[in-house]
Amino acid sequence: MASQLLHAGFSAGLTFLLGASVLGVELRSQGVNTIVAVEGPMTWLWLGVAVVIVFFHQLFRPRIEALRRRTWGGSRFSLPPLLRNHAQRRLMIALVIGALLLFPFLAERSAIDLATLTLIYVMLGLGLNVVVGLAGLLDLGYVGFYAVGAYTYALLNNYFGFSFWEALPLAGIVTALFGYLLGFPVLRLRGDYLAIVTLGFGEIIRILLNNWTELTGGPNGISRIPKPTLFNLEFSRRADEGNIPFHEFFGIPYDPSYKVMYLYILALLLSLATVYVIYRLMRMPIGRAWEALREDDIACRSLGLNPTGIKLSAFTIGASFAGFAGAFFAARQGFISPESFTFIESAIVLAIVVLGGMGSQLGVILAAIAMTLLPEIAREFNEYRMLLFGLIMVMMMVWRPQGLLPLKRPQMELKRG
Amino acid sequence: MDELLYFLQQTINGLTIGSTYALIAIGYTMVYGIIGMINFAHGEIYMIGTYIAFIVITGLAMMGIDNTLFLIVAALLVSMIVASAHGFAVERVAYRPVRGSKRLIALISAIGMSIFLQNYMRLAQGSRDKAIPNLLPGGWEFGGEGFVVNLSYMQVIIFVVTLLSMGALALFISRSRLGRACRACSQDRGMANLLGINTDLVISMTFVIGAALAAVAGLLLGMYYGVVNPYIGFLAGLKAFTAAVLGGIGSIPGAMLGGLILGIAEALTGGYLSSEYKDVVAFGLLILILLFRPWGILGKPEVEKI
Repeated sequence: MASQLLHAGFSAGLTFLLGASVLGVELRSQGVNTIVAVEGPMTWLWLGVAVVIVFFHQLFRPRIEALRRRTWGGSRFSLPPLLRNHAQRRLMIALVIGALLLFPFLAERSAIDLATLTLIYVMLGLGLNVVVGLAGLLDLGYVGFYAVGAYTYALLNNYFGFSFWEALPLAGIVTALFGYLLGFPVLRLRGDYLAIVTLGFGEIIRILLNNWTELTGGPNGISRIPKPTLFNLEFSRRADEGNIPFHEFFGIPYDPSYKVMYLYILALLLSLATVYVIYRLMRMPIGRAWEALREDDIACRSLGLNPTGIKLSAFTIGASFAGFAGAFFAARQGFISPESFTFIESAIVLAIVVLGGMGSQLGVILAAIAMTLLPEIAREFNEYRMLLFGLIMVMMMVWRPQGLLPLKRPQMELKRG
Repeated sequence: MDELLYFLQQTINGLTIGSTYALIAIGYTMVYGIIGMINFAHGEIYMIGTYIAFIVITGLAMMGIDNTLFLIVAALLVSMIVASAHGFAVERVAYRPVRGSKRLIALISAIGMSIFLQNYMRLAQGSRDKAIPNLLPGGWEFGGEGFVVNLSYMQVIIFVVTLLSMGALALFISRSRLGRACRACSQDRGMANLLGINTDLVISMTFVIGAALAAVAGLLLGMYYGVVNPYIGFLAGLKAFTAAVLGGIGSIPGAMLGGLILGIAEALTGGYLSSEYKDVVAFGLLILILLFRPWGILGKPEVEKI
């Protein structure tokens, strides 16, 4: 008991030191001077409450843990199988897609816009899921590929007048090429080095975009990027020469929400294509090889798989999805600058993949929806968004590293003991 | 002659920055040497150290204390203690529970911690730059008619404090009982545990020492630049990591050497090419070293055991 008391006292003291030093005092700028302000009594009260909680939690920790084990036991929470057979699942998927297609005709314009943004994150999440979730390669520079895709479209349009539909496949190809060129040398490295190198790559791309002013416009970015067209029908009030506006072609009055709806449907189709392609890839030998390599590198090599080639394919394919998403992002925004492609974006997409359950497509989609909708629903929450993202990443790794909706595989396990 | 003096000036500036990189890099390299993970949140610990040093300096100055030496020593001690407490807590909360799992899991946890700490500081202290006045203005000037080389007192302090801290660390590692335990753990943690070394304690101590050295760097760089904001940890951490890899991750002399080389390389790029591409040099150097000599200058190639 004495050691337990000592431990609890130590933890409480540590909590107080951490809280008091950072939360209790604040550096403030006052004119040209900097002063130290001591926070008001409320802050100290909360700090006191936290210290007391930590003290008692640590004091009774063995008992609390025993209690938890008794109530929850060893059973792990998992979703009950919703759909038992193939036909039911097909029907469900058709219903969901139908609902998603109907959505823009029923919802408000701002909601459609938000849904489009969510779909971009779905695409990014699914693409990164190939690299991180399936192949087990931690890519911290994913936003670099996203930027390459966006700038490919913007630059091709700016200098050569490419339209969105001409640039989209090129954006995918160029980004895949970047992924290949980066992956080729670094994929031979061990996993954690790869993470840092990709992080460096993402930063290099951003710094280059920022400083290569003649080509990219530097921090001012590129503006007036045209929106996608529907078979050369434009969604603006007046079309460029040679093109016809959508509303004139169909003889209906002009409404700016057509454009928003069209962008949403486009994003939806791109996302569905992403889901389908990755779903098929996962069931091809290459997809099986990704997961096998993630689980056991040495066993794979012993069985004659070439690890570098397999990793490279995952890296390249994952990158190309970021390229498509980036081109669409540029088209939707109409304006891009290096500011949109900071490390924070990579971190958000990684948080989506981690939360969704690495490797699970449904999980990633739901996580992307949650991560983009939550800050919109609770505006005050926006301030704490990144704080919570960081916290979620740590807590997920500590408690549920397989994610909320992990990929389920038929498996058998020997009961221990 | 002027050319040479200019080169000398850039080298001095590079050594100044490089020695602080080396201090931060030691934290990465020690943790890597013992538990084989990249402590991604280490840069944030450095940032917290800078904030604490600023708070102490400003607070004491507000109380009317203007003895520079006292200010610096007080800031050094307090920021080392608080940063160590953070390093200790981070290891307990985010790393110890995932220690047995895969590398990827520990790394994601570390990245989450880094994002958390950065935003925690942003919310607690505001996202704007906070400045302190230069405590040690002036310096020595020497050189010819054209170009004058400037060696400020602050730069001298940085060299001296860095050398002292590294000397203390070297003594600790080579002479003390705990230092010996550290070396034993980095060779074979399982065996060290069997021989009665409290490996949990050693790992905690590694984080504490790394954080304390990062706080020293935080104080020095903070005084050198005079400003702090919650975002400085990210880039500094990345560069220190580059320094650690450059010197050979896991090797303490390697971290020192890597820091100095990186500092000089950066200063020369800034001085001769363009300061915008200074950061690109660090990352480019990292990629190159990983391609051709992943074990660094002073490290040993890792042998894969099956």
